[in-house]
Amino acid sequence: MNFPVLSVIVFTPMAAAVLMLLMPAERRNETRSIALAAATFALILSGWVYYQYLVNHMAGYQFVEEYNWLPALGMKLIFGVDGMSAPLVLLTGIVMFTGVLISWGIDDEHAPTGIQDRPREFFAFLFILASGVFGVFASLDLFMLFFFYEIAVFPMYLLIAIWGWVKTREYAAMKLTLYLFVGSVVALVGALAMYFKAGFDSFDMRLLEQANFPVDFQIGWFLPVFLGFAVLGGIWPFHNWSPDGHVAAPTAVSMFHAGVLMKLGAFAALRVGIMLLPEGAKYWSWLIMTFAAVAVVYGAYIAFVQTDFKYMVGFSSVSHMGLVMLGFSTLNRQGLLGSGVQMFSHGVMTALFFAVVGMVYDRAHTREIPELGGMGKILPFASIGFIIGGLVSMGMPGFSGFIAEFPIFLGVWGRQWLVAVVASVSIVITAAYIMRNIRMVFFGNMPEKFEGHISALTALDKVAIVTLCAFMIGIGLFPSLMVPMVQTGVDNILRLLGGA
Amino acid sequence: MDFINSHLLSLILFLPTVAALVIFFLPKDEVKLIRWTAFAASLIPFALSVVVWVNFKSDASGFQFEENYPWYDAIRSSVHLGVDGLSLTMVVLTTLLTPLAILASFSITDRVKPYMMLFLMLETGMLGVFMALDLLIFFVFWEIGLVPMYFLINQWGSANRNYASLKFMIYTMGGSLGLLLGIQLLGVLFKTFDLQTIVQGWTSLSSSETFGQTFFTIGQVKAVAFWAFVIAFAIKVPVWPFHTWLPDAHTEAPTAGSMILAGVLLKLGAYGFLRLVLPLYPEQAQFYAGALAFLAVAAIVFGAFASYGQTDFKRLVAYSSVNHMGFVLLGIAAAAKASGTLDATIALNGAVLQMFNHGLSAAGMFFLVGVIYERTHTRNLNEFGGLFPLVPVYGGILIFTSMASLGLPGLNGFISEFLVVRGSWPILTVYTAVAMLGLLFTGAYILKGIKSVLHGPLNEHWAHGEHKLTEINTREILVMAPLMALILVTGVWPAWILDVINKAMVMLF
Repeated sequence: MNFPVLSVIVFTPMAAAVLMLLMPAERRNETRSIALAAATFALILSGWVYYQYLVNHMAGYQFVEEYNWLPALGMKLIFGVDGMSAPLVLLTGIVMFTGVLISWGIDDEHAPTGIQDRPREFFAFLFILASGVFGVFASLDLFMLFFFYEIAVFPMYLLIAIWGWVKTREYAAMKLTLYLFVGSVVALVGALAMYFKAGFDSFDMRLLEQANFPVDFQIGWFLPVFLGFAVLGGIWPFHNWSPDGHVAAPTAVSMFHAGVLMKLGAFAALRVGIMLLPEGAKYWSWLIMTFAAVAVVYGAYIAFVQTDFKYMVGFSSVSHMGLVMLGFSTLNRQGLLGSGVQMFSHGVMTALFFAVVGMVYDRAHTREIPELGGMGKILPFASIGFIIGGLVSMGMPGFSGFIAEFPIFLGVWGRQWLVAVVASVSIVITAAYIMRNIRMVFFGNMPEKFEGHISALTALDKVAIVTLCAFMIGIGLFPSLMVPMVQTGVDNILRLLGGA
Repeated sequence: MDFINSHLLSLILFLPTVAALVIFFLPKDEVKLIRWTAFAASLIPFALSVVVWVNFKSDASGFQFEENYPWYDAIRSSVHLGVDGLSLTMVVLTTLLTPLAILASFSITDRVKPYMMLFLMLETGMLGVFMALDLLIFFVFWEIGLVPMYFLINQWGSANRNYASLKFMIYTMGGSLGLLLGIQLLGVLFKTFDLQTIVQGWTSLSSSETFGQTFFTIGQVKAVAFWAFVIAFAIKVPVWPFHTWLPDAHTEAPTAGSMILAGVLLKLGAYGFLRLVLPLYPEQAQFYAGALAFLAVAAIVFGAFASYGQTDFKRLVAYSSVNHMGFVLLGIAAAAKASGTLDATIALNGAVLQMFNHGLSAAGMFFLVGVIYERTHTRNLNEFGGLFPLVPVYGGILIFTSMASLGLPGLNGFISEFLVVRGSWPILTVYTAVAMLGLLFTGAYILKGIKSVLHGPLNEHWAHGEHKLTEINTREILVMAPLMALILVTGVWPAWILDVINKAMVMLF
């Protein structure tokens, strides 16, 4: 038996959470150290899984572990990753690590940073969330996927309602949780339908993939299952919980939320919706494509008119996740490949965006773009980070966003050229708002009221920014660091789709 | 040594970026060290491109010094580099102007480190476009070059820089949207981005067949794609009526930024016409040659008029670029109309030489405007006057460069404009005749510029006291000297470069 690396990754955050809750509340720095240690450990392990998968040219489900959980009902705990999920496991590790870094919190009366209020509980809930996310990406059992999915959603409610932005946190937490629960309940019904229809007495997705459900059944259940999960992916027109949720959440939670949780929705929609019900996917792809194309353009446009820094980033996520869905809807090689890379690329990029927004907000106590200015002089690292993130976001060649978006567009060309033309408008809109924002927030003159109130970044903040940027530039310059791996995942999906 | 010989192009291409990374690790207060590192680093690509020039076999067909590295296997795109006579001319122009522009930027004192880094990255972006033999790589470098230029204008520009830089960015990105979609279309069709494969496959598709499962014919798709490419490149050139970003960007950019913008970035657009539009769309280009010629003539005439109407010295020079680049497009239009004839080849020779020449003279003119602006902090022509006795050397250099721009026989501009006119006349007689009238106004605005700055009654403000105008200094003369030498050499003995250009044109078209 090999080292059970995936279950260690999944349960490390959970164990750390328990450990932290056992610590006395006043031992704040010790609690934080546990959090950082656990996050680093999880990052290293997920990086190791990624590295092994890449250099050994693996394909299919690897690192598989199976444990009986409730054998009577055919529920097993099965972990395993393929070319689609391994990058997402790594992404979760990265976001978790950087999220801990930027919410570290230095207990300084004059320049408090990070999380000051009950860090012990904050990190504990954040880590339970992280366990859930790792679990979804690694699960090969449909029931377990749901199990971890709900584990990931619930702490979000507490994290936003307790540590969120005072003005909207209760509203946003409620809205988010209700939206996601409704979505997942609908999807769960679909999953149960699949379980009974298949009649294997098993939730093992590797078996369900082979179930060959009748075409009518697939067409009937595809939409509930796909859309139920895609709600969490921020698909238009069910996206509207997401900007509110992003804005109300504390920085690290926004990073998790936009960086990883939205991928969770998209990934589950792909794995359960498209991979288990391929005929349904073919039948409905035009509808998904329409939704996605609207999200891409409309999200970019709404982001363009925001004056709140964080809302702007929030809506830009809607636009970029629209691209992921757009790639799914093509059901062809390039489109799916692009989506796989885009999930990772957008995750890293948006985590960086929210981290920078948080750094600015912590210091300026406002997010109104017109009121900010000149931050680049005091926060050079934050501004370089935001610029690089911005370039990724507008799909600038040389960064990971281009590597992801270009094949998506190629895929769309293969299906419906008009959608490619319409969606490409978003690139210019994105460039316009990103550039305007960079100029208004980071350059120009700093308003007088901020003089002397803006403290420099901590070393931990800088480490977080550099880590995130390194991944975006690395993949942008050397696509072979990720693309071959995602391709193996795509091959599997295409096989299920009948080589379409 | 073998390594250098077999990787010449990639060394030229990436050394500036490596230098930018080195500068990143220098302490930011060591301004002198940063400046000299940047300057020295930018000389290496120039030296290497001279090596390429010397070893270039102008008689051989196809691309030379080719290199091919895998990049994005999944969509079959690779870093495929190579040069022919056309791109080599542009590579030499770029590697020559960059060190001069860096030398010109020694007067920058604000945040020297990021400035120099951006400048070197800009060089990589521009060189990549000229060397790329892969459509996707072409686009990658095309877009990458935008970013440093945006920040150079936005951070080191003058008063209205925010407006100008955003306009520059949005215009160019909006324009390249059509290019991006066109490239995607080609990529989907041919499952590769290799330029030569695509050119072969695309031109051999019969125009009358229907396109895929749509109700369009291939001819219609080609016509739309043709215009998508044309607009992207026309914005960059810039061709009337897509030129309005240019005066703003030029006026607000720092001096060295304007030098590179006029000297090299505008050439990217013209290069796109020659490298992609004409080979990919010979039929469409022939069909729409009249429209292209109309735009070219409009650029020549309106550019000259607009330039004459300016009171801002830098805007005057900026509009003159619209005027001069119009000749490049006129030559291209003529070649498109009568591809393969001797006249067309002459026109193309003129167009490419004009790209090179305009690179020299426009960079020089913008630098000279910058020299006087740094001393007087004004660009308003009405505030100068009679400065020749105060700054005789500067005056001499200004007149020399202006004359090159005007097209005085014996200097380079004359040769290229004459070739364009000579080649276009039999093909597009009426348009060329109108363009000649535009040439008349070229003389008018250039003389107006010289007159307002150097002649007339002396503005006493600049003669005494703290505002006393100082003469051009040695560093500034060093920037101008290579440009002036090349202007003169090319004017007197154009064969040194025309030989390479001509053979490339004969082989290409």
